[in-house]
Amino acid sequence: MSVALDARIPDGPIAEKWDNHKFSVKLVNPANKRRFKILVVGTGLAGASAAASLAELGYKVEAFTFHDSPRRAHSIAAQGGINAAKNYRNDGDSVYRLFYDTVKGGDYRSREANVYRLSQVSLNIIDQCAAQGVPFAREYGGLLANRSFGGAQVSRTFYARGQTGQQLLLGAYQAMASQIAAGGVTLHNRTDVLDIVVKDGEAVGIVTRDLLTGEVRAHSGHAVVLATGGYGNVYYLSTNAMNCNVTAAWRAHRRGAAFANPCYTQIHPTCIPASDEFQSKLTLMSESLRNDGRIWVPRNSDDARAAADIGDADRYYFLEEKYPAFGNLVPRDVASRNAKTVVDQGLGVGPLRNGVYLDFADVIARDGESVVREKYGNLLDMYERITGEDPYRSPMRIYPATHYTMGGLWVDYNLMTNVPGLYALGECNFSDHGANRLGASALMQGLADGYFVLPYTIGDYLAPKLGAAPVPTDDPAFAAAVAEVDDRTRGWLAKRGTKSVDHYHRELGKIVWEYCGMARNRTGLEKALSEIPALREEFRANVKVLGSADTTNQSLEQVNRVDDFMEMAELKVRDALHREESCGGHFREEHQTPEGEALRDDENFSYVAAWDWQGPDQPQELVKEPLEFENVKLTQRSYK
Amino acid sequence: MSAGNGHQATMRLKLRIWRQAGPDEPGSFLDVDAHDIPEDCSFLEMLDIVNERLMDDDIEPVTFAHDCREGICGTCGVMINGRPHGPEKATATCQLHMRKFRDGDEIVIEPFRAASFPVIKDLMVDRRAFDRIIESGGFISAPTGTAPDANEIPVPKDVADFAMDAAACIGCGACVAACPNSAAQLFTAAKLGHLNVLPQGQPERWRRAEAMVETMESFFGSCTNHGECTEACPKEISLDFIAVLNRDYLKAKVKNRRLASQT
Amino acid sequence: MARTVTPTGAGSGERVPPLRRRRRELPWPLNIYQTSVGKKYVMAVTGIGLLAFVVVHMIGNLHLYEGPTQLNEYAEALRDLGGHLVPRTLILWVMRIGLLAMFVLHIHSAWSLKEISRRSSPKANWVSGNKRYAGGQDYVAVNFASRTMRWTGPIIGLYVLFHLADLTWGWWLGGDYIRGDVYHNVVESLSSLPVAIIYIVANVALSVHIYHGMWSAFQTLGVNNPRFNHLRRGLATVIAGAILVGNLSFPIMVQAGVVA
Repeated sequence: MSVALDARIPDGPIAEKWDNHKFSVKLVNPANKRRFKILVVGTGLAGASAAASLAELGYKVEAFTFHDSPRRAHSIAAQGGINAAKNYRNDGDSVYRLFYDTVKGGDYRSREANVYRLSQVSLNIIDQCAAQGVPFAREYGGLLANRSFGGAQVSRTFYARGQTGQQLLLGAYQAMASQIAAGGVTLHNRTDVLDIVVKDGEAVGIVTRDLLTGEVRAHSGHAVVLATGGYGNVYYLSTNAMNCNVTAAWRAHRRGAAFANPCYTQIHPTCIPASDEFQSKLTLMSESLRNDGRIWVPRNSDDARAAADIGDADRYYFLEEKYPAFGNLVPRDVASRNAKTVVDQGLGVGPLRNGVYLDFADVIARDGESVVREKYGNLLDMYERITGEDPYRSPMRIYPATHYTMGGLWVDYNLMTNVPGLYALGECNFSDHGANRLGASALMQGLADGYFVLPYTIGDYLAPKLGAAPVPTDDPAFAAAVAEVDDRTRGWLAKRGTKSVDHYHRELGKIVWEYCGMARNRTGLEKALSEIPALREEFRANVKVLGSADTTNQSLEQVNRVDDFMEMAELKVRDALHREESCGGHFREEHQTPEGEALRDDENFSYVAAWDWQGPDQPQELVKEPLEFENVKLTQRSYK
Repeated sequence: MSAGNGHQATMRLKLRIWRQAGPDEPGSFLDVDAHDIPEDCSFLEMLDIVNERLMDDDIEPVTFAHDCREGICGTCGVMINGRPHGPEKATATCQLHMRKFRDGDEIVIEPFRAASFPVIKDLMVDRRAFDRIIESGGFISAPTGTAPDANEIPVPKDVADFAMDAAACIGCGACVAACPNSAAQLFTAAKLGHLNVLPQGQPERWRRAEAMVETMESFFGSCTNHGECTEACPKEISLDFIAVLNRDYLKAKVKNRRLASQT
Repeated sequence: MARTVTPTGAGSGERVPPLRRRRRELPWPLNIYQTSVGKKYVMAVTGIGLLAFVVVHMIGNLHLYEGPTQLNEYAEALRDLGGHLVPRTLILWVMRIGLLAMFVLHIHSAWSLKEISRRSSPKANWVSGNKRYAGGQDYVAVNFASRTMRWTGPIIGLYVLFHLADLTWGWWLGGDYIRGDVYHNVVESLSSLPVAIIYIVANVALSVHIYHGMWSAFQTLGVNNPRFNHLRRGLATVIAGAILVGNLSFPIMVQAGVVA
């Protein structure tokens, strides 16, 4: 039995689709909105903005986060900025250009209509955030400042020092806080969502576990909104926070929501390389560093001199040499892959020879140290704190790390998954970035979905349900799900195995990074496909979780998450194996141009690969949503 | 990943880690001999290593709050040798690296203490009182869709910079932990300093100041201007913002009354 | 095996209830004093008033070095403040009552702020009037002056009583106390070594108290201008230092026999 995926893209010219759609969706009368209860899972940018906006409209919102406070969500760590087609710089930007750049940057694997809408509402996001008091950088005249970011040819990125994500999240969190105070939002903090309840084909609620008491309980609502972020921690080492996980999305998948494009993972080029085997996460430094820093490695792998002593002739500025037009500002995937190439050639730098230099010497010589400090001070300080090396005196060492996942739950134009009543917002859906995300677009998408898309589109599902009470939590569907979660959680304590959760997570990460990281090939993927299930079996038999299920127990929190990563990783690898082309964040070594660039196969792979759950021991079934490009001309990317 | 061919300097530490089973349970220090700790690992990675070894001995690992491990989410934070977030200035616990200690050092690790930060377990405390302060007024009411064009509200650069200095607060609670009075003035002042100077924040300025300060006072102690909070702050939020809080609060008490008498 | 809960629970956060429920609000402006920020304002304002008194008192006492006639005339002039327009000593009494009121408010606000701090720290961590960590706390900004406000304060309070009993009421000078002859009384009292030591200790405490108190008052009153902020510490040092030098000079000079 195969699911039918209807993207429900509105008719009409691309520029009018969203306006037409907003007019055609069903509305819920303002007085009736309070009769609908919406469960919002996750309180990062997408979740908090959605919870606040829905509550402002009058819906009763229950929000869930495993953090102690919504302000801790990992959206907070985004440094660089947020894009918007405001054209405040008068440099020729427009909604259409942002749309075009995003589709092109995504290597033509995203849905045109969604991306165009994203570009349209980008304008409103900046207005909204400025009104909330987000302290965006300003010019002396008091107007908003912009910078060019991540390879964009126009300056459309708004920023708040190096803490844009933090400030936008605090804005959304504060908007939600005002709604908590007003009674529109009920917040459940330190509450893990471990299952989605589906009855008669519709999402009717969730099952949660209180992380302090271990209490497992059901919550029911008219609709469930997942805004739970990406699955980058499947690599163990990534720039994601330690607790980021795929669990809610994966459980939704197991309940019938199709999971789209799991092989699309963005590797961020400017992270600090691992220093030892106990490394628990990798730290990203804003890509804006590439605006002024120059990336190089020594030409000779046995060059033992200090970086500063190596003359220009012996330095290999590999990006500048290969891509004269874009140089160090090539897109993330290109920069990452080239770094991997030189490190694989043995040219890596640092004690573990696992990095490349990012050098500020030239810009310090040109503009002076104080200018560099003004622009990048907090990033360079952070580098010094972590590595103990002074980036003003010697070049930084960087290496790519997993950063963002473009794949996620399949959603239609309304952001609803193929399970009616279940929505997915932000990084946890697949919708807008195609195979690769442009810099400063993640914040934009999270806020677009939460502030400006879902509040309009959710009415279309809810309106016909007026008068229907939510399914009571003593319904058998809930009771079964609660029992299942409770059994599963308590079951880990009975394993009495020998190895820790982290051990298995690390092992899984090694496999996925090795065979399904920056560059993939059939042999490696097939190897991963045999190794992952074996590791999963061992993990399920031999994992060691101590303590109780009735108090705070961090290993127990983590074990459920790693268990889901074990399943998710397999699907990710299978998706990578099936996609016999290279596009964006998915690079298959078999498919490249003679210059080593990603070689797409638009003939055969211009579709969204959505995977439909078939049962615990069955491989998922592939369902294709064809992508049609009516407005953007497909070209091979070239950054030469 | 790590090829393991580079030589790693390691150290041996004598740890005293606070263990407490629950909010109302008595607590005590667990002495741990932490050997072979790489100098380049972070403080929390050191605790990870300790926890793995405890688990090998069938001892439940030490609970500590952590998440982003890049100094921005504010989840982590413990007292390290009597200082919140440890000896490094302007550094959150997760960004503290072991090379800042010396081989053989004794390190005492204890949770943040304040009556409104009850210990949940071991080193993890409940900081929900901070959210209460924000909910009472730490926002600018701008319902989605009501905003004018962003450039219609010019904000002078120095005002925006001042607001950003305050807004950098990560809400970790080190200020309260450091304060001999368990006061939350610096946290509250940071949010007031952010919102009250911006043009967008003016309509609710006095209501915000009054509500936030009074909510703060219902949970936390009173500031006596020691300045310990600023020293502990991983974002170096300035004590000057507390002066702003004091001024705005008194003005609010006068202004709110004036408005009340007019209606 | 889920345990039962109230279905409307708003999450774990409810486990942290406020430490203090607000009491019935008094009419304005007394309601300001109900808050700790308000109490600090009162402490700062009364502190500044008391500081002004200390400065004027110290400067006035410098008449000691001009000799008996000048000092006694100065004392008489205080009683005659207002000249013939008001009854004799009226203004002096008004000032005395004002001082007393400031003193009482200063002490009351300090006491209640300390109580608030006690309740804001976990019971197990409140040890002899201070928050204590089991593993100790390593202070960075806290200095001797700020840490000892709660000790220098009571010392000053006791000293004021002693000082009044000594030179205003003449309790233990007995027959040597000559009402109106301030110069004689001061020299007679301070020439006793134990009394001189009490004066010295108390005035050191007073200056230490003023050093932190004055800077703290600027902060509390919201005197905050980036151009002058760096001067606040300096100003506090200069004034506390001047008061220390001035006040310590009296017992020392009497003991040294310079003033007799």
